[in-house]
Amino acid sequence: MDERLRRLLGPGRPELTCEECFAELPRYVELELEGKEHDSGSDSLDARMQAHLEGCAACGEEHAVLRELALETRE
Amino acid sequence: MDVLPTEKAGSGFQVRASAVTPDARVLDAESRAWLRDLSGDGPARDDAVARLHSLLLRAARYTLSRRRAAFPHLRGDLEEVALEAADDALVALLTRLDSFRGASRFTTWAYGFAVLETSVKLRRLAWQGREIPLEPEGWLSFADPGTGPAGTLEHGELLDALKDGIEHALTPHQREVLVAVALNDVPIDVLAERLGSTRGALYKTIHDARRRLRAHLDENDLTPHTSPEGDA
Repeated sequence: MDERLRRLLGPGRPELTCEECFAELPRYVELELEGKEHDSGSDSLDARMQAHLEGCAACGEEHAVLRELALETRE
Repeated sequence: MDVLPTEKAGSGFQVRASAVTPDARVLDAESRAWLRDLSGDGPARDDAVARLHSLLLRAARYTLSRRRAAFPHLRGDLEEVALEAADDALVALLTRLDSFRGASRFTTWAYGFAVLETSVKLRRLAWQGREIPLEPEGWLSFADPGTGPAGTLEHGELLDALKDGIEHALTPHQREVLVAVALNDVPIDVLAERLGSTRGALYKTIHDARRRLRAHLDENDLTPHTSPEGDA
């Protein structure tokens, strides 16, 4: 799907708020870096986190930077 | 979800505790040391605060280095942005120190404050003095799927239904916010600042607007498949 269309319609799944996303992001990023599976149940915390990261450009950008930063400083 | 009461960080962002309490995970030694030093008093605490500020400043500089390419019109030294972001992140973090539950390393948790503060400041700086476009400007950039005449026809119907939905299915506020952020690429923090609102409040508006738009497309049997699951 066209990226702009996706931004217009969002993920279409249950998602966290920006505040909840900020609170969960460090844990979520460390799980990613440790190669551990997120809890992928459709209504799980991590599934709603993933949906929010798809739907919110600002949180998505911050997720990408935090992940890179955490990776770089642990090496 | 069990979260602590919220409190405003320097960015105006609401900071909460992680909903996950890591009862099965032992706090690592470095995180324990940070908490011990920052919760104390005297020279040991002063030293910990100085080290924390240094860590946040490095994170702020890193964030600038990664994100400034997205704003090529920003020129010059952005060190002041990094310093302000580190200062605000330090205040926000110390205010919420008791909300750290050890769901991640302390340093990763701390980086989050610096990344947020720096990202918000950078977006606001990039949009400083620029007018916020609130009318749809991005329709022409919707890519035609290129699947032949049938696909083009369906794409045209979808665009017509979206335009109709934006015009008639949304409230004026929903329309203004969704169009600015999703079609015109206005950062949500920038729009929140201009409207005297918060990022969280505007995202709720966007979420509600998206639901209405999807329902409008449903009524026209034109729901695009963005995921295998249902709506929120």
